[in-house]
Amino acid sequence: MKNESSHIAAPAVKAAAAGDKSPLDYLKHNFREYGMLITLVAIMAFFQYMTDGTLMQPLNLTNLILQNSYIVIMALGMLMVIVAGHIDLSVGSVCGFIGALAAVLMVQYDWHFVPASLACLACGALIGAAQGWFVAFFRIPSFIVTLAGMLVFKGLALALLQGQSVGPFPDSFQMLSSGFMPELLSSEGLRMSSLLLGVVLAAVLAVAGIRARANEFKHGIQAEPAAFFFIKTAAFSALLIYFSYLLSSYRGLPNVLIVMAALIFLFHFITSRTTIGRRVYAMGGNEKAAKLSGIKTERLAFYTFVNMGVLAALAGLVFAARLNTATPKAGLGFELDVIAACFIGGASASGGVGKVMGAVIGAFVMGVMNNGMSILGIGIDYQQVIKGAVLLAAVFVDVYNKNKA
Amino acid sequence: MDTILEMRDIRKTFPGVVALNKVNLRVRAGEIHAIVGENGAGKSTLMKVLSGVYPHGSYSGDIVFEGQERKFLGIHDSEQLGVIIIHQELALVPLLSIAENIFLGNETAQRGVIDWMAAHSKTQALLKKVGLKESPATLITDIGVGKQQLVEIAKALSRQVRLLILDEPTASLNENDSQALLDLLLELKGQGITCILISHKLNEISRVADAITILRDGSTVETLDCRAEAISEDRVIRGMVGREMADRYPPREPQIGETVFEVRDWNVYHPLHTDRKFIKDVNLQVRRGEIVGIAGLMGAGRTELAMSIFGRSWGRRISGQVLLNGQPVDVGTVEKAVRRGLAYVTEDRKGNGLVLNEDIQFNMSLAHLKGVSTAAVIDSGREYQVAQGYREKLRIRCSSVGQKVLNLSGGNQQKVVLGKWLFTSPEVLILDEPTRGIDVGAKYEIYTLMAQLAAEGKCIIVISSEMPELLGMTDRIYVMNEGRFIAEMPTAQASQEKIMRAIMKAS
Repeated sequence: MKNESSHIAAPAVKAAAAGDKSPLDYLKHNFREYGMLITLVAIMAFFQYMTDGTLMQPLNLTNLILQNSYIVIMALGMLMVIVAGHIDLSVGSVCGFIGALAAVLMVQYDWHFVPASLACLACGALIGAAQGWFVAFFRIPSFIVTLAGMLVFKGLALALLQGQSVGPFPDSFQMLSSGFMPELLSSEGLRMSSLLLGVVLAAVLAVAGIRARANEFKHGIQAEPAAFFFIKTAAFSALLIYFSYLLSSYRGLPNVLIVMAALIFLFHFITSRTTIGRRVYAMGGNEKAAKLSGIKTERLAFYTFVNMGVLAALAGLVFAARLNTATPKAGLGFELDVIAACFIGGASASGGVGKVMGAVIGAFVMGVMNNGMSILGIGIDYQQVIKGAVLLAAVFVDVYNKNKA
Repeated sequence: MDTILEMRDIRKTFPGVVALNKVNLRVRAGEIHAIVGENGAGKSTLMKVLSGVYPHGSYSGDIVFEGQERKFLGIHDSEQLGVIIIHQELALVPLLSIAENIFLGNETAQRGVIDWMAAHSKTQALLKKVGLKESPATLITDIGVGKQQLVEIAKALSRQVRLLILDEPTASLNENDSQALLDLLLELKGQGITCILISHKLNEISRVADAITILRDGSTVETLDCRAEAISEDRVIRGMVGREMADRYPPREPQIGETVFEVRDWNVYHPLHTDRKFIKDVNLQVRRGEIVGIAGLMGAGRTELAMSIFGRSWGRRISGQVLLNGQPVDVGTVEKAVRRGLAYVTEDRKGNGLVLNEDIQFNMSLAHLKGVSTAAVIDSGREYQVAQGYREKLRIRCSSVGQKVLNLSGGNQQKVVLGKWLFTSPEVLILDEPTRGIDVGAKYEIYTLMAQLAAEGKCIIVISSEMPELLGMTDRIYVMNEGRFIAEMPTAQASQEKIMRAIMKAS
């Protein structure tokens, strides 16, 4: 309640000045939004330089994507869980358990990969539902429920595999992780259809951005400065095309990248544009207010866990397909990377704050560092130290900026 | 008798609000001094100044305690001198024992090692003093509120109390516990302990008090000496409410139609103490275009009543009927209640009304997302226009509807909550303390809005602790006390004295 009256005048002055800001000024004021993206670019540039260009070589870039795909997929679900005000520690174990289940079904019982994968996803949903049930309807803290889940599914994975690795998977299933977009246009060296897809995507996103901006103007919403918008859109499109060019010069777009991109887009849309997403933010921001606004918070929390379960299962399939075997140790510690990705990306541990794009960027910050440090030959010991320091630094900067604002 | 405490010309301001002005209080040694006043008169603020919660320098005026001017910088300083305050919400740790609570922060320890034996025997002696027969090892959670109150007093005694301040000590006690507590105060007085008692219950005050100081609107009105002559309750009430009514309310010409909203035989039990009936046999009707007020003291159950009606958001074992236009309707969840045209503007707008971290637009559309979306996809343009519309209509002062509500003033936050509920196009609007913590100008705007909505034919229920507000804005007033409607009167025939008297008679 402090300083109430003095607040009225101050923002009005700020608003008047907002119209004629230079792009740099705007960036400064919206640093929290773009800060992480800039950090990612800086980290990539750093490793690109330090590794004499190895980081961005098409082969390495492809690997980077493959290595991080399952973290990114789970980060999408984890972001919603965290925004809802909860946490899920069981995702690594669930990931490993589903990989084991897939192996048993496909290798030992000779199921076709389609029904087996569907069964695995359904099983993931069931696991999420079971945990969400306790969290949402019985109000047991999610930390405890999912800690229990972490132990349970780690144990079940071990039991299912009877302590041994099971593999290899059928070739068709492996395509999920090791396959690339089929080449339709024949050409030498360059995978033209992959490049084309990248160009088309860049164009679609640019047009969508321009249209959204026009819509904002139509409704009189104050949009970001024109110069900033066009620089941003141009830079983003150029990056997208450049990356698809790099990937095309190797084997094209990996299948898993396409799955991942579709999911990122879907979850970005859900969180930013739909009523469901809106309600999750409201619930995490102030559960009582959300409840008194007619939002069924219990059910909503339940569904965020179901969603997390499905995504953890998908990640488990991707990981199993990539390794081509299911091992009892699969998924070990994944939950930490996934949670770290969300927090690096600006999510708040107390709920209500966080963006899908932030979590994705956070996942790639971790991924690029893993990859870059491995190329540099830094030992696994110091890699962990550095990653821990980066996590703390990212959150520190975020909190510091928030307090300053 | 000599003066133990004198507070001279105390003035305390919060940004935009003068909470205390020219307050003078003189307490003589060994007396029970009562402080009375309406909600918001400044009683609690005054006690916070006295006990150092608001440190020296944050207020102006002098505090003289035991002959010396004191500059308390924190509650620790005042406790050192034996000024001990017992708040309305008890400050005991529920899962620790009585002995542990009594010596919390003041442990009988040597070099950090607690001597439990000494603590135990000391506790026993203290409990005997306050007339408690519990074992010192009993957990606080296992004893009732009345006994907890006594433990608080025992804790104060353990610290060589010179001046004991009790803030509404009997508010949550039953008749027997209240009597026991008052007897204890008289006994402590016999032992030379001075006591300041803040209470709404005038019958209790007239039983124990030696002097009564009346506060009104942050200033002392008078101090009455009860030893010289018996002071009647009416005399005290007149002092409490006797303020002039300026032109603080917009003019209205009520156009009252048929009964639209009705609650019948409403009974609600407490959500935690499930055998305690909290709302008892409430019957309520509101007619078209009518503004109905619910008066009562804090803790009378008004908020709980409103929340239990609004989607059963409070309480258990709710029974009774809600009727809209003569038809029974199901308002068992908030969603259903909203769909039937009910809206509830909460008392605690920061805790229950707003998502503080989000912007105005987000908060405005929250209760009616359907209104700004197509097939579950939010049209941010439409949402912006809705928010912009209410911003203009309610004259919300902000840089844009993209501003976080956290940074708005109290009055503007309240307007955002109102806008959010107006967007659901309610038929029945329940406003719980709609003007609490809001400056005069914003109050007038909110009153104007209420008048406008009533003129549009909406039913409005106002819960307010500010009686002038109820008298100025409503058409009819229900008086609530201890979960019951104890009186109903047309506002034209109501007065603050009449309402106060009804409450005092019932309690």
